[in-house]
Amino acid sequence: MSRVFTPKAITANALLEGDVIYLDHAGQWVRDLRMARAYTEKEMAEAALNEAARDLTAVGAYLADVKLGEHGPEPTHFREDFRRTGPSNYFHGKQEAQRGTDAHV
Amino acid sequence: MYKYNDFDEAFVRSRVAQFSAQVARRIDGSLTEEEFRPLRLMNGLYLQLHAYMLRVAIPYGTLNSGQMEQLAHIAETYDRGYGHFTTRQNIQYNWPKLPDVPAILTDLADVEMHAIQTSGNTIRNVTADHFAGAAADEVADPRPVAELIRQWSTDHPEFQFLPRKFKVAVSGAEADRAVVKAHDIGLYLREENDEIGAQIIVGGGLGRTPMVGKVLKDFVSLSDLLPYLEATVSVWNLLGRRDNKYKARIKITVHEHGIEDIRALVETRFQQLKPAFGGVDMEMLAEIKAAFAPPAFREAATEPYEAAYEADPVFRSWADTNLSAHKAPGYAIVTVSTKTPGQTPGDVSADQMRVLAGLARRYGHDELRISHEQNVILPHIHKADLPAIHAALKEAGLATANIGLVSDIIACPGMDYCTLATARSIPVAQGIATRFEELKLTHEIGPLKIKISGCINACGHHHVGHIGILGLDRAGVENYQITLGGDGTEDMVIGDRTGPGFAYDEIVPAIERILLSYLELREAPEETFLEAYRRLGMAPFKAALYPAKESGKDAKEAKEKAHAA
Repeated sequence: MSRVFTPKAITANALLEGDVIYLDHAGQWVRDLRMARAYTEKEMAEAALNEAARDLTAVGAYLADVKLGEHGPEPTHFREDFRRTGPSNYFHGKQEAQRGTDAHV
Repeated sequence: MYKYNDFDEAFVRSRVAQFSAQVARRIDGSLTEEEFRPLRLMNGLYLQLHAYMLRVAIPYGTLNSGQMEQLAHIAETYDRGYGHFTTRQNIQYNWPKLPDVPAILTDLADVEMHAIQTSGNTIRNVTADHFAGAAADEVADPRPVAELIRQWSTDHPEFQFLPRKFKVAVSGAEADRAVVKAHDIGLYLREENDEIGAQIIVGGGLGRTPMVGKVLKDFVSLSDLLPYLEATVSVWNLLGRRDNKYKARIKITVHEHGIEDIRALVETRFQQLKPAFGGVDMEMLAEIKAAFAPPAFREAATEPYEAAYEADPVFRSWADTNLSAHKAPGYAIVTVSTKTPGQTPGDVSADQMRVLAGLARRYGHDELRISHEQNVILPHIHKADLPAIHAALKEAGLATANIGLVSDIIACPGMDYCTLATARSIPVAQGIATRFEELKLTHEIGPLKIKISGCINACGHHHVGHIGILGLDRAGVENYQITLGGDGTEDMVIGDRTGPGFAYDEIVPAIERILLSYLELREAPEETFLEAYRRLGMAPFKAALYPAKESGKDAKEAKEKAHAA
């Protein structure tokens, strides 16, 4: 029996800066997970990932598990949570860039 | 210190030009990531969780003040104002941008530094005793040999695509401060019949399968050293498992074939190779040795030091923990702690780097060292200058008196930065250091080495920590295993696992339980944690760690047995 497909976002690192990026609904790379498109169907997710993998401006694209939250996709694993926010030893990852813009970040 | 000759200069500059062109071709789309990845790794450029990371080699941990100032300049200009000193005497920049990397490498080349072979399946940065050239217990300065190996191994055509990475460490002292037995090849410089040579250790390593290195040959004269090393690496290059990266390191090759077979193969290969060297290696070594001549140590009174030691308890505390014996009369080795409780072990800001460079230039014969324990060393300081140095360090937030104590923790970058990590390690180090600072028990506990890795690759050397902590991902949750009784010295021991791991919010209290038990169980304040563990064994510490899992009777028995032992 095939496993149930859980929602996924497409994520990678930006070629120039190395920043964590996500694919949004318009097929553009964004830096905020909440803006990412969550794929709920396996075939569509894999097709979009194949397309993303050909984009030379993004490095190492893969499907990351997400859950659908009030403000958009949210990580389900702590590794993706750190990728979303930045290091926890200093407040100098994305936390700093997004400080004050949203209490949820 | 060694100065680049024309060949070194031309080689490093040509590599900068080559990699700059590769970066340009990656950015304009001529190279795919698949094509670019091995090229960037050969030049120390990783892509980590949040950003690129550039790992810069600090050969055998030695820097001059100009180099340290350039590292500060790079941190400020291209990164976020700090650098991270690693457990292999490198510095890592956590936030460089790809288009800036050629400029960073050019700035490094300007001060005779580079990032070559700090990654990939090559012979990596050669590490050494961080007290080299200064330690009172030194038989021979390991740096000339380490530099010779650096020159031999850099861009060695036979060794650019090895089965796996290959790490070499050199010590020339009685005490092993370079974790020599945890390296693919480790060298202990020894004197035999008035000749300096090396005992060759092979097949040590931590990681997934920790192994203590074995003696491959008890004494190799320096004139035979390079051909012997080349023979060893070339034997492994052919035998090493390329079908399974987890079995590719030389420690597995030695384990699978046996040390006797490896020794015989190396001897045969050595006999073939030896004539090809023709003595040029010894000519090079003689030139290199001249560059490491000891500085002109001055003779002066040490009263200012003694006066400060008597009058100032803060200075006294720092002097008691952060100074080591120097070979020259009136001198001391200063270890500057990067481990102020709450800080990230190994991180030094650009401003702090400049302070350290200034102190080295003014007081320290222009020399600095980086230790594998992630601290900074001023190796040659006259004791008369120590009060002024302590005052300057205090002002820069670098005067923490904790070397070799509970808060002087080695920690790999862990999941805060590293893409291989399975859990965080830095916040665990911060939590432990902060907790024992609150308890005011740091000095009461005494000598202790806690080492933390955020994955099984063991960059934080957890296997050889008196207390080792390994962070893992258990069903999507951070979980920390503890080992006790490890030892990274010449008497290397791999620590014993205590039992089930602990959740992130349980690990600091678990370490606290171990150390409070130690304080209760030790025979006298002079008995260190490691000595107490060796005397008592695991049982009383296990009872303290897992009180709910031990029946009341068992726990009581373990404790009574410990007290009776």
